[in-house]
Amino acid sequence: MTNPAIEIQGLTKDYPVGFWRKRMCRSLDYLTLRVEEGETFGFLGPNGAGKTTTMKLLMGLIFPTAGTARVRGRSIEDVRMHREIGYMPEQPYFYDYLTARELLEYFARFFGYSAVERRERVTRFLELVGLTTASDVQLRKFSKGMLQRVGIAQAILHDPQVVFLDEPMSGLDPVGRREVRDIILNLKRQGRTVFFSTHILSDAEMLCDRVGVLVGGKLRGVGAPEELVSMEVLGMEILFEVRAGSAPPTSMAERATHTGNRYRVEVAEADLYSALEELRSCEARILSLAPLRPSLEDYFLKLVGREQAMQPPTEVSLV
Amino acid sequence: MSTHTLKLTSHLRSVALAVVAVPLLFVAIAALQARIDVLSAPVTQDKEELLLRSASLLKKLSLGYDPLLADIYWTRAVQYYGTRLQNRSGSFELLAPLLNIAATLDPKLLIVYQFGGIFLSDHPPGGAGRPDLAVELVKRGITANPNEWRLYYDLGFIYYTRLKDYQKASQAFLEGSETPAAPIWMKVMAARVAENGESLETSRFIWAELYDSTKDESVRKTALEHVQGLDAEIALKRLNQVSELYWKKFGRFPTSMQELRSAGLVQGDLKDPAGYPYAMGPHGIPQLDTHSSVKIESNQRKP
Amino acid sequence: MSTMPAVVAVNTFREAVRDRVLYNLIIFALMMIGGAILVGEISIGVHQMVIVNLGLSAISIFGIIMAIFIGVGLVHKEMEKRTLYSLLAKPIRRWEFLVGKFAGLLLTLLVNTALMTLGLTGALYYVSRTFQRSDVAILVAVYFILLELALITALALFFSCFSSPMLSTLYTLGIYVAGVFAPDIKGVSEYTQSPAMAAGARFVYYLLPNFHNFNVIAAAAHGETIPFTLIWHNTLYAALYVILILVAASAVFSGRNLK
Repeated sequence: MTNPAIEIQGLTKDYPVGFWRKRMCRSLDYLTLRVEEGETFGFLGPNGAGKTTTMKLLMGLIFPTAGTARVRGRSIEDVRMHREIGYMPEQPYFYDYLTARELLEYFARFFGYSAVERRERVTRFLELVGLTTASDVQLRKFSKGMLQRVGIAQAILHDPQVVFLDEPMSGLDPVGRREVRDIILNLKRQGRTVFFSTHILSDAEMLCDRVGVLVGGKLRGVGAPEELVSMEVLGMEILFEVRAGSAPPTSMAERATHTGNRYRVEVAEADLYSALEELRSCEARILSLAPLRPSLEDYFLKLVGREQAMQPPTEVSLV
Repeated sequence: MSTHTLKLTSHLRSVALAVVAVPLLFVAIAALQARIDVLSAPVTQDKEELLLRSASLLKKLSLGYDPLLADIYWTRAVQYYGTRLQNRSGSFELLAPLLNIAATLDPKLLIVYQFGGIFLSDHPPGGAGRPDLAVELVKRGITANPNEWRLYYDLGFIYYTRLKDYQKASQAFLEGSETPAAPIWMKVMAARVAENGESLETSRFIWAELYDSTKDESVRKTALEHVQGLDAEIALKRLNQVSELYWKKFGRFPTSMQELRSAGLVQGDLKDPAGYPYAMGPHGIPQLDTHSSVKIESNQRKP
Repeated sequence: MSTMPAVVAVNTFREAVRDRVLYNLIIFALMMIGGAILVGEISIGVHQMVIVNLGLSAISIFGIIMAIFIGVGLVHKEMEKRTLYSLLAKPIRRWEFLVGKFAGLLLTLLVNTALMTLGLTGALYYVSRTFQRSDVAILVAVYFILLELALITALALFFSCFSSPMLSTLYTLGIYVAGVFAPDIKGVSEYTQSPAMAAGARFVYYLLPNFHNFNVIAAAAHGETIPFTLIWHNTLYAALYVILILVAASAVFSGRNLK
């Protein structure tokens, strides 16, 4: 049996809160999770659910109250594990007196490359994230989006097998997001494991082999997006356009929404063909026909809503 | 399970290393420091003070913490005197500069003047043998504290005891007696010194007054020695007079204290302040026991 | 493994070099040394002594200011600004990071001190037009200043691991001042009447870093040679103490949760 890429067992983190730091607040509650090699795993959850906490625990920036974790068979306490992983923190912050190139060169030094190889790598990855023109500008002058790109570059420039990205799309414009998506897809194609957290569900749906939903520090659901979301078809959505001056069929008129001449109506699956017949008779133009399935968002909202309705923020008392 | 366990082995390793290494290192460092103290004694001892002989520069550098610095220099002066005394090296070159610096930094630190007055003027090995510097220092103190009767006393002390200048001594006592809170006997002292010059009784009074009033250990010690010495001298002087009476009576000098006792001229055990009995020397001149630790300044011999 | 601290050190040096405040300090120090030339035109002998005294004191003071000013932020700044997040994700151990920061600042101080010493030698040459054998004492004094700076840097770094820059400055400065007056503490232990006080004072005396050991400025001013055994002992003292502080800092920092 091969080693999973990431193996988390009962990982827990409590924080002392209150003026006298006596009460404990549990921000991660016995997280147990397994990610296989080559998987792209999406870590979802509302703000404050514990996603960043999980990443920081795996990186050794903070220490667990309980539980263990291994990456590629190595404990997270083993410094050698860091050779094989890349990490991009949420809202990355770097030495602002360095230029992008200098920063990447600095980080590259930790991996023992020769000077020539270092320079070549840095140039290549600067190009990959689209920062070639800005490579000799001091980081203090970079916009948030540019810093995000530097963040990705420094995470992957040593070709790590497992890549951890904390909210990699945040702060990027649609072009940037597209580029990040492409980078992730490329990593996937190279057979690397990608573990990223996000709250943009459409990205998760599109990119991930599996997702995990974290709510209030607890893992509430793990699986492939299509497994989590039932395949049940809820109905059909029809987009159509009526001819100028005409009205839509009366049976649909009330239920449909429209802008100008374009209408949208939902019909039960059984009624699909009769509805199409009605539209044909008034010579409406069909623009699109699509089955309605619950989306990951619905699943997500359902989970979150239920969770938050069920219990107040978890507090663990000091034993 | 306890909610606060840090099971991270790398942290535990660092803590374990610290717990073991830190005390060991401290021991090694302390041992090194002891060696360094021994090695650097000749290098740093005097030289460090030389730069700062300029007291006024030091005052400017001290950024307003003058009295604190004055205390430090005062302490150093005392240490300097103490170590030199122990080592019997004989020279007290830096004593005057150290005391002067302390006095510049805090002119109201009265003990500085008294200490300097006594130990600068005392002849080696007990002091620097520089009564002139002592006078200068005390006069500075008087200028800064004109109403402190004690300083006039210290000045008079130097003139009387060391310089044997009874006129100036009397003058000092007189001036001091005119300050507020001066004790009554100062005027009496002034008169007596002017009249008689040096006398054992006056000397004893002066040293005893010093012993009673001073707070400094070194001063007390030397004052006690002098008082004991003078007590012994006064006793010896009286015994000498008794010895002469004996001669008048018996036509010869007494050969022992016992003979004086048998003749009824003295009573009881006569011991000096250190507890040794007085002995009778040749020609009927009483002396201290050879083992006695009492020191007397002068040898008053009568033909 | 052993190259990690060096990597961090070089970057720390680069950061210091790009900090404008440092240049102001150096220029100010050089001005002081230059000004010493104007001070006291009495005779060549005394003139030289004054320049050496003032010059070495300036090098010492400015070195200490730099050591504390940068030192107290060494770790704290990286934790506050979160630059440490991406750094610690690399294959570097926490103690390697600390040693690297220490070495980087020490390197900075070395370079700055060297520059200022050059200025001092220049001023001396200008005044006396010769080099004498006694000038070696000045180099020894500068070496001792560097030992002193190493200790101060280590202290500042230690406090930087868990304390804000302002508090770290106070603690470091406090220990330094106490260390300068070490012989007086020893004096208390020798001349006090109470044995408890004597024992306490002696304990504190050996515990505190003895900065007085490193002050040979007066000796250098007189061109005296400092015995090699003393140089060696003081080097060992500084080295052991620095190691002690770094071990303690590592113990503190390796368990610290970053915010």
